[in-house]
Amino acid sequence: MASTIKPAKDLNAVRALIKKHKKNDRLFSVIGIFVIAALAIALLVLFLDLVIDGYPKMNLEFFSNFPSRKAEGAGILSAWVGSALVLTVTFFVAVPMGVAAGIYLEEYAKKGWFSDLIEINVANLAGVPSIIYGLLALGLFVYEFGLGTSILTAGLTLSLLMLPIVIVSTREAIRAIPVHIREAAYAVGATKWQVTLHHVLQYAMGGVLTGIIIGMARAIGETAPVITIGALTFIAFLPPAPVSEVMPFINFNWLDAGFTVLPIQMFNWISRPEHAFHINAAATGAVIIILTLLMNGLAIRLRYSIRKKIKW
Amino acid sequence: MGKQNEIIKAESKNFDFHYADGTHALKNINLPLYEKKITALIGPSGCGKSTFLRSFNRMHDLYPGNKYDGEIILHPDNTNILHTKVDPIEVRMRISMVFQKPNPFPKSIYENVAYGLRVRGENNKRLLDEKVEEALKGASLWNEVKDRLQDLAYNLSGGQQQRLCIARALATDPEIMLFDEPTSALDPIATVNIEELMSELKKKLTILIVTHNMQQAARISDYTAYMYLGEMIEFDETDTIFTKPSKRETEDYITGKFG
Amino acid sequence: MAQKKIISPGLKKNIRRNFLERLIELSLMLSGLAAVLITFGIVYILVTESLPFFDAVSLKEFLTSTVWTPLFERKNYGILPLVSGTITITGIALLVAIPLGTITAVYLSEFATHKVREIVKPILELLVGVPTVVFGYFALLLVTPLLQKIYPDLPTFNMLGPGIVMGIMIVPYIASVAEDAMRAVPMAMREGSYAMGATRFQTAVTVVMPAALSGIIAAYILAVSRGIGETMIVAIAAGQQPNFTFNPVESAATITAYIVSVALGDLEHGGIGYQSIFAAGMVLFLMTLSLNILGQWTRKKFTERY
Repeated sequence: MASTIKPAKDLNAVRALIKKHKKNDRLFSVIGIFVIAALAIALLVLFLDLVIDGYPKMNLEFFSNFPSRKAEGAGILSAWVGSALVLTVTFFVAVPMGVAAGIYLEEYAKKGWFSDLIEINVANLAGVPSIIYGLLALGLFVYEFGLGTSILTAGLTLSLLMLPIVIVSTREAIRAIPVHIREAAYAVGATKWQVTLHHVLQYAMGGVLTGIIIGMARAIGETAPVITIGALTFIAFLPPAPVSEVMPFINFNWLDAGFTVLPIQMFNWISRPEHAFHINAAATGAVIIILTLLMNGLAIRLRYSIRKKIKW
Repeated sequence: MGKQNEIIKAESKNFDFHYADGTHALKNINLPLYEKKITALIGPSGCGKSTFLRSFNRMHDLYPGNKYDGEIILHPDNTNILHTKVDPIEVRMRISMVFQKPNPFPKSIYENVAYGLRVRGENNKRLLDEKVEEALKGASLWNEVKDRLQDLAYNLSGGQQQRLCIARALATDPEIMLFDEPTSALDPIATVNIEELMSELKKKLTILIVTHNMQQAARISDYTAYMYLGEMIEFDETDTIFTKPSKRETEDYITGKFG
Repeated sequence: MAQKKIISPGLKKNIRRNFLERLIELSLMLSGLAAVLITFGIVYILVTESLPFFDAVSLKEFLTSTVWTPLFERKNYGILPLVSGTITITGIALLVAIPLGTITAVYLSEFATHKVREIVKPILELLVGVPTVVFGYFALLLVTPLLQKIYPDLPTFNMLGPGIVMGIMIVPYIASVAEDAMRAVPMAMREGSYAMGATRFQTAVTVVMPAALSGIIAAYILAVSRGIGETMIVAIAAGQQPNFTFNPVESAATITAYIVSVALGDLEHGGIGYQSIFAAGMVLFLMTLSLNILGQWTRKKFTERY
């Protein structure tokens, strides 16, 4: 027997309507792909532009020469050494403090006004423009503490920037560890710190590392705060070597030394009117971007592999 | 058995379903839906009853990798709604669905009900007003909300939200309505309301309902199918299923020996 | 005699162990406290260093004068030219970033297959990692020359080029926050829409986006804050001359670019130039802080709902 419930509308009309609506679907798909492709191409152009412009300078001398008034012979020796030393300070300040703060917030802090206060502060610090950190460092480290425009000041300044990144990634990594792992450790008599050190931190290591790498990559490229503390743009000497041949083999005089860093060197060269310096700037930019892309790429890889590997 | 006198609105034939992860969720399901009747799907959780129900408006198409085999034929036009050439959107425009948990949109009560019509390109204010009122009356919600149609749907109680979702599904004059455990998130009074509503609705359309509650199936449905582990064990008139089922497994489930 | 039997020597060291545990907790807490101290440090330094500035300059002049020349012979202290530059460049950036970022977010959340998403998201993250000084190079030496081909009168330093580049820089921020917001919309709501016969686009625009609206708005607000605080792109490509204008083809300095230009010169500690960058920094901090709080509040309101 035939059905008495008829299709609500003429099926052909329905089909025509769907066809019309689906045009929007397709149109948007095309727009979406186009936009994303444009972004990817922008990234690629940006990268190639630097590499091609800077290609003539890409040789060993560029890394072993000091900056110079003459563009041809100028290099980034003082800049990369400066960046390396500044980042060393940043690493040794921001990583322990950031990881410790992350552990405190996730494992120790009781829910209350105090942990809320810290939490709100961490969230807000992540959004403070980097140049404000530069002003803080200028007022506090350079003048109030009298550290001057030194590698130590720059390292501390960048660690302020890196701190929220490390804290946030540490917390996220710790939060992903299920309670039963902790309970298992407590059940055999471990103390809170033992549980934290032997288990929580171990299992969170991948995530923490990701945050550290991303933070360091950001610190390499940060320019504004380092300019604000008064870093010199023309440095034709190296800080004292951290390692010496006589006792005690290690010295910390380099912490007080004047310095420049890669992005400031690049900024300085961009600001020159002569085209030859722009080539130097491009080459420096290529070095910076390759470093940051490699580090970010590593961090992204790391995160994906953690996500894939660990199933609690 | 009055089956021969009934009109078939839709029927599944040799229907198999595989999830993207390879799970063979439904095996060779054959089931008719009789017109203007309520057919209930019962069975222990994980037996595939919701999977089966969701196949009727191609919900599984939203997640890549799922695979239908066999057919679900929709009458009177004999369309196999599972066919790859049939647009799932067309199927959904004819067969609407009410979900387990009320899922109103973050819009006003009015806009929630009007949504299906707007999706169909209908923007005539007078016609929309008329249809919204009709649907809300059909879902026994009109008297409660007629003075606050512009309120956000979230301000309604759970039972009201579910009736709103029924009104939303009703407003587009569907040929079949699917109910996926529509009362499992509701209190007993709201449940009774919805059950009465369904008995009212079947005067106009065909209903397929999944329920975890056997009493509910016994109270409201005309036909009942018992499913287990992705297979259709038994299908018959509800009275028969609950009084003298022909299969041992069905009887065990009905009498509570298992499940 | 009911003397306790010691099973393991480890059990004897309770007092020492508890003390150590407390010590560790304390040092961890101090690290957490550092975050609070940094915020207080910022406020403290900005206030104390700019107070002498406001002794010399009335708040009325600071907020209403349209000339900013603290380092010139004829000194004027009106912040408006720096604010106008900041607003104009950020505005251009948003004109680029909001449509592109939103389209990217909608596409990734509602249209893209799992595979596409897995490829595109890392690209966006890489884009976030590009240092801004490199974007500055891009703005000055690539985008502006290109724009000059279309509009030959465009000066080397202008607000349009850096604005566009800043927009490209901000796209990934908007895309990722907005996408997170849309992905957080429960699947049940999408199913409800699809079950009514809606298409992807209809579902995205009429159900998912309204449901995620506060999250998307939070993304925009955070993007504004990001643009206002951005320094190197503008310092390199927009010029460092304060100019009270909203015309994108003119050169102008932003608040951040002014701080950089002063910091690059010889800074006399305690001089009016030195104090002026803290006053400018204060304005910048207040602007970004209020935007960040607003953005986080909107975002939180959104996450509470689902």
